[in-house]
Amino acid sequence: MRRLMYILPLLVFLGVGVAFLRGFDRDPREIPSALIDKPVPEFALPPLPGHKQGLSSADLKGDVQLVNVFASWCIPCKAEHPIVSRLAEREGLPVRAINYKDKAENALDWLARNGDPYASIGVDADGRASIDWGVYGVPESFLIDRQGRIRYKHVGPLTPEAVEQTILPLVKELRKG
Amino acid sequence: MIPELGHYALVLTLFIALVQSTLPMAGAATGNAAWMGVARPAALAQMVMIGVAYAALTWAHVVSDFSVLNVVNNSHSLKPMLYKVSGVWGNHEGSMVLWVVMLALFGAAVAVFGRNLPPTLRARTLAVQGIISVGFLLFILITSNPFTRVVPAPLDGHDLNPLLQDPGLAFHPPFLYAGYVGFSIAFSFAVAALIEGRVDPAWARWVRPWTLAAWSALTAGIALGSWWAYYELGWGGWWYWDPVENASFMPWLAGTALLHSAIVVEKRDALKTWTILLAIITFSLSLMGTFLVRSGILTSVHAFAVDPARGVFILVLLAIATGGSLLLYSLRAPTLKAGGVFAPVSREGSLVLNNLLLSTATATVFIGTLYPLFLDVLELGKVSVGAPFFNSTFVPLMIPMVAAMAVGPFLSWKRGDLAGAMGRLWVALVVTALAVLYALWAVGGPVMALIGVAMGAWAFVGSLVEFAERIRLFRAPAAESWNRAVNLPRSAWGMTIAHAFLGIGIMGMTATSSWNSELIKGMKPGDTAEIAGYTLTFDGVRQAAGENYRADVGSFTLRRDGAVIATLQPERRSYPVSRQTTSETAIHTTWKSDVYVALGDPDPQGLWVVRMYHHPLLPWIWIGGLGLVFGGVVSLSDRRFRIGAPERRRAAPRGAVQPAE
Amino acid sequence: MRAILLALLLSVSTLPAFAVQPDEVLPDPKMEERAREISKDLRCLVCQNQSIDDSNADLARDLRVIVRERLKKGESNEQVLQYVTDRYGDYVLLRPPFKATTLLLWIGPFAVLLIGALGSAVYLRNRRAAGGVAGDTAPLTDDERRRLEALLRKDGT
Repeated sequence: MRRLMYILPLLVFLGVGVAFLRGFDRDPREIPSALIDKPVPEFALPPLPGHKQGLSSADLKGDVQLVNVFASWCIPCKAEHPIVSRLAEREGLPVRAINYKDKAENALDWLARNGDPYASIGVDADGRASIDWGVYGVPESFLIDRQGRIRYKHVGPLTPEAVEQTILPLVKELRKG
Repeated sequence: MIPELGHYALVLTLFIALVQSTLPMAGAATGNAAWMGVARPAALAQMVMIGVAYAALTWAHVVSDFSVLNVVNNSHSLKPMLYKVSGVWGNHEGSMVLWVVMLALFGAAVAVFGRNLPPTLRARTLAVQGIISVGFLLFILITSNPFTRVVPAPLDGHDLNPLLQDPGLAFHPPFLYAGYVGFSIAFSFAVAALIEGRVDPAWARWVRPWTLAAWSALTAGIALGSWWAYYELGWGGWWYWDPVENASFMPWLAGTALLHSAIVVEKRDALKTWTILLAIITFSLSLMGTFLVRSGILTSVHAFAVDPARGVFILVLLAIATGGSLLLYSLRAPTLKAGGVFAPVSREGSLVLNNLLLSTATATVFIGTLYPLFLDVLELGKVSVGAPFFNSTFVPLMIPMVAAMAVGPFLSWKRGDLAGAMGRLWVALVVTALAVLYALWAVGGPVMALIGVAMGAWAFVGSLVEFAERIRLFRAPAAESWNRAVNLPRSAWGMTIAHAFLGIGIMGMTATSSWNSELIKGMKPGDTAEIAGYTLTFDGVRQAAGENYRADVGSFTLRRDGAVIATLQPERRSYPVSRQTTSETAIHTTWKSDVYVALGDPDPQGLWVVRMYHHPLLPWIWIGGLGLVFGGVVSLSDRRFRIGAPERRRAAPRGAVQPAE
Repeated sequence: MRAILLALLLSVSTLPAFAVQPDEVLPDPKMEERAREISKDLRCLVCQNQSIDDSNADLARDLRVIVRERLKKGESNEQVLQYVTDRYGDYVLLRPPFKATTLLLWIGPFAVLLIGALGSAVYLRNRRAAGGVAGDTAPLTDDERRRLEALLRKDGT
């Protein structure tokens, strides 16, 4: 028993050390979504000037879709945009967008320069609707299933790995069911 | 040229450290005096060499040599000279060099002042210091070399973060590091003792001064950081339970426990394994702190260098140093001869309680700081542990601690008289009750605040009562009391000072947390605001410029009962090179409180956002901190530590309070 | 190094915190007090270790406004906290909730204290048992007592 007391500090340290080692693979600031497997929040956002359709919760039923939160002032959004476009145009995954805290003319300008792959875009000028989605930065992307439930959230710009390893397989699975 | 010399010196230091860590250790094991004798000159040489390296880096900063990458990233030609010098340690690479400078300084000090240490103990201790140095020097040379050149040299640098261009924060790191690294000596002594297989009172006597020095420095470092946060960040907070703050607080808590535990080893040859464990843990917590700040695995406003590669290296260092020493502990500690016996109610018993509570406090901060990481790594979700958690867990632990702190010194060694001690403290009880009643009448206050007042008063008066007993104040003629006071060992003075000022500090913390006032207002010139009986009139804003910034300087007149007390001039500074703004608050400090004004942004209509605070008793926090440091320094100046000889036996007068030291 | 500097800059740019703006302050002081308390318990998600009360980030401001709006609607403190937690998860609470996963966290300190206290109690008992306290020496034998007296007499005291 006494022996155990003397070994205890070492054991505690080993546990802590292992935790530290595994801590390197994690991003301490990334927050998991609280809305996974929950229905998309009720919302209705107006369209950009010149566009016919905005974005509302009703649009997010019936097919597996990606909702991409972006802004013209967001640099990583521009970096991920080719991947977003690829998903929409070549992988057959409808992508809709929430334009977060942006000025309409800047957003239109940005889309003109970088391409507009979105099926529709909802303007969230004050960011309130995005708060209902649990958005805390841009860009973020949400995968929605046929029943309108959020199944996956990607924080930060989309990466080829995330697309290949997580998103596309999940889309296939969701489309089957 | 000079940076290359610095680089060369770094490499040389590494080689010296390698020699210092091997030969003396082998010499102690085999009884080879010549090899053991290598320790002293090696420690001295290491100090000289790392000094050269540090000087070279400082030179590069001072002359703004922008061919050195470290200078480019952290300096600018227009930066004031003070910050050119302090900027050397205001970044990751430079601060690591400072770490090793401190290691070498303390090692050299042991070499110089430890002449009457047993040769094997000294050799092993310096060897362990050497091993730590080797680890950090390798870390610097492989992952964080400050002397890397950049070609072609840019015309100017990126400037130091404006938040760091501040006198308080300029000096915060050296004190912190002196503290962190100073505990390495206790660690080295502990490991050496474990290797030796023996811990005796003499060991404790040798360890105490180094621990005191490190503890005093760490207290000063933490207090400086806290003070800086208070006057710089603009909303009057002074402690946030931020992970990196906690990383400095844990070694402080453990170091305090170590300090007290070592007393028992010295006086009564007991609590040995506990003390050794504390010595290992305190320095390990310092190392862990270094790891947390620089690895990026925790979020913090302080996060220095978020580089996983560096993080892994430090983790390896931690594994070797802490893992190795704890392994040694688990093997060797059971063989240490158990020492003196004592009753539960005794001086020793109260120090065991002290150990228990401080260790639990350390564990609490540890759990709270690392829990989010543990949970995340186990994929059990993400939680936040912030100030509310620590306030609920840490603060209640302090209550029995402070209660016991005043009683402990009244108990005799081996077997104490608790009733007698409590009886002698009746004055403290009365004053405490009066203080609480006064607070209740004056403010009403939340319960926790009243408890805080009680703790502060108890600690303060209790220490004074103990001191009065010791010098037989009011019981013997004044001349005798005076005589006793003057002849009291300095460590006794140190204890009284430190405990009393802790009480003052607690009062300050309680008052300012519970009874402060805040007012946020948009004001234009001519407007007035009222806060806590003071009137603040906004007189206007003018433009000013410093060496590397432009500023909007606001002017406010502070009045009370119509009489002008002061003019306060808070600023908003913009630093063009780093494109940042900082706020310089204006504080009117009196013995009783701080009135604190911060200037915000103007809105398009010309209204300036002004934040005004009244912090009752806040200066008492800094006074408390200074008192703690002063107490530590006074203790350190005790003759017995410098000579290292056993105390000359003085006949204890009958019925006197037993001397603690 | 650039990345580090950028990270520092980004982190620090939220620091000269002029958090609650005058236009956010509610007219009812009691409600404002509640709003401040709730804000102090909510983490700013884009800062490093600040509450939304302390931070001047945009998201923090948005959440502060939302907290005040919901209080004006008549919600209780718990309901407001729940509203935010529903959207952002437990991570947003600076006071971790008491759940199965945080059991160790809340119980931890007391568990350590208990174990430590038990350990100390055992230790203290051993110290006392190891020879008895009143005398850690056995009483003198008759022979020893005679020799002691002889010595004392010789000494003249």
